[in-house]
Amino acid sequence: MTQKLIIEAGRTERHYWRDLWRYRELFYFLAWRDILVRYKQTVIGIAWAVIRPVLTMVVFTVVFGKLAKLPSEGAAPYAVMVYSAMLPWQFFANSLSEASNSLIGNANLISKVYFPRLIIPTSAVITSFVDFLISALILVGIMAWYQFWPSWRVLTLPFFIAIAFAAAMGVGLWLTALNVKYRDFRYIVPFIVQFGLYISPVGFSSSIVPEQYRLLYSLNPMVGVIDGFRWAILGGESNIYLPGFLLSLAVVLFFLGYGIVYFRKTERKFADII
Amino acid sequence: MTDTVIKVEDLSKSYLIGHQSQERYTALRDVMANKVKSLGERLLHPFRSSEGGLIAADVTEEFWALKDVSFEVKRGDRVGIIGRNGAGKSTLLKILSRITEPTSGRIEIEGRVASLLEVGTGFHPELTGRENIYLNGAILGMGKAEIKRKFDEIVAFAEVERFLDTPVKRYSSGMYVRLAFAVAAHLEPEILVVDEVLAVGDAQFQKKCLGKMEEVSRGGRTVLFVSHNMSAIQKLCTQGALFDHGLLKFHGNIQSAIFNYTGKLDQLTRVDFECCKSHPCIKFVIVEPDALRRGDLLIKIGFESPFPLNPPIPGIVISSLAGANVFGSNPRFHSHKLDGMKSSSGVVQMFAKSLPLVSGQYRLSVWLGDWHVDYDHKIDVFSFEFKSGLREPLRPNPESVGYLDWSAEWSYS
Repeated sequence: MTQKLIIEAGRTERHYWRDLWRYRELFYFLAWRDILVRYKQTVIGIAWAVIRPVLTMVVFTVVFGKLAKLPSEGAAPYAVMVYSAMLPWQFFANSLSEASNSLIGNANLISKVYFPRLIIPTSAVITSFVDFLISALILVGIMAWYQFWPSWRVLTLPFFIAIAFAAAMGVGLWLTALNVKYRDFRYIVPFIVQFGLYISPVGFSSSIVPEQYRLLYSLNPMVGVIDGFRWAILGGESNIYLPGFLLSLAVVLFFLGYGIVYFRKTERKFADII
Repeated sequence: MTDTVIKVEDLSKSYLIGHQSQERYTALRDVMANKVKSLGERLLHPFRSSEGGLIAADVTEEFWALKDVSFEVKRGDRVGIIGRNGAGKSTLLKILSRITEPTSGRIEIEGRVASLLEVGTGFHPELTGRENIYLNGAILGMGKAEIKRKFDEIVAFAEVERFLDTPVKRYSSGMYVRLAFAVAAHLEPEILVVDEVLAVGDAQFQKKCLGKMEEVSRGGRTVLFVSHNMSAIQKLCTQGALFDHGLLKFHGNIQSAIFNYTGKLDQLTRVDFECCKSHPCIKFVIVEPDALRRGDLLIKIGFESPFPLNPPIPGIVISSLAGANVFGSNPRFHSHKLDGMKSSSGVVQMFAKSLPLVSGQYRLSVWLGDWHVDYDHKIDVFSFEFKSGLREPLRPNPESVGYLDWSAEWSYS
């Protein structure tokens, strides 16, 4: 029954993954707390999760679709095309900003209680995922409005959601660990998020990127995720650029692995440097 | 299964204290600047060996919060960890609860550790009492089912039934602390680590907490308890560990540990205090050592005041090392003529002949006031050794028979 625990300098925790399992309910409780707290003392509450992506979508549709007259993907209405990219992008962007601040926001926990630290940023990503699900309902509404019906491909969507999750986790963990040590990332992360919105194919289709640059463009992990979302949601009209998608996928997996390793490496010192 | 549940070997923990940068986290700018600097150095002097270490040593200094600490704790022991602020007590608890890792050394622990280093860690002010019980329980490592099972017990212990659905930001601080302690106390760990949580809460609640901790340890579990409240430590603990500047000075019986600790604060018979000009204050306190050796108590208190005190009334209280008050006095108690004693500075002397106290270590606290107001007080100025005039050789421990040393006649019929 009793387990032997050995604490030594520089020892990588052997029980780490088992502890993670033992504390699995904490993922849920922390995410639950964040959601519960986020909209307390706000007037319209959870509607904020919806308003931001919808307004951005409207602006992008007007600016890129109507004023700049960029082409949509096939017959899909521009608004649907924008919103289907807005979904994963908002999820990714929220995850990054929430996760990277999560450890600092919970500094009191880190310096007073033990549990696998991985839980905190992961819960932040889960919180953003709940927002993602709420916004996804709006997509259904928009598609109904335009009377645009998806094909069988929409069934592959969970696969792309998983990639989006992996991308958010990987980059999120890495930035979180960096933010604990270098508070510069407090300023860098909002910049990445702001900048990323324009260099990722959110307001426009990635097909307008010149052919010779598409592989290079796919180094941005969100390009693969967004193309995947569009491919699944917009149906037959949207085509995926396979080498680019695979490259994005590789970048996502690299960041996931690197993020976890880096986080684990610096985690042991969090309590001392936070 | 061995009887040793915690085995600490040569445990050390060092922190680097920066003397220039105020902030604990590194700025990326500095790291990049240093990298560039060292790269430049290497380009300019390719054959010189790396001197980066020298530069770093100028700005940072090693500070050993714990140094080569070794001890063992047996199953069911209640260990009181004592020492002054900064002695390394909290660092030890942090390492034991895996919040931070040691610099060197090794610890073996058998069983689940629950640590309560701060009351209400993870409480969120916006959430209700009910929600916080679940949240806090999960943070401390309980499962949802386990919390549900103990929920009523926790609420009853904390006495907050009526406010369960009120956000804790509206709680009184007492309610807050009670709720927080209640959650932690209902964890069922094999080893419970508690850091100075009793400093908050009223006397009744403290008693309840101590009772709960005793109950925990009676079940064969082990308790590690840090506190500055010697009386609480003495009541709860069987073993004591005394830390001083990161070193383990003493480990053993709790009475001896407390004696080692509090007895060490002094060997003084005079203490001077800094006075501010705006407020009446105690300037110095002297316990006459010659009188002490005879079993008498002669205390001199110097005072100073910006306005005349009418009359100046100092007071003293003698307490045991464990914190129980045993004797107190001031001029008003003893029908001293105090009319016309108006003065704004001077020395007041108290003499008590053949004080009927058992021999041992005592602590002295001093007050200064006038008829109406207490202006200044110095709690536990120092401790001193008192030798009873009666010198009865078979005197048992004052903790069991009390502090009064009075001869009594027994007769058999």
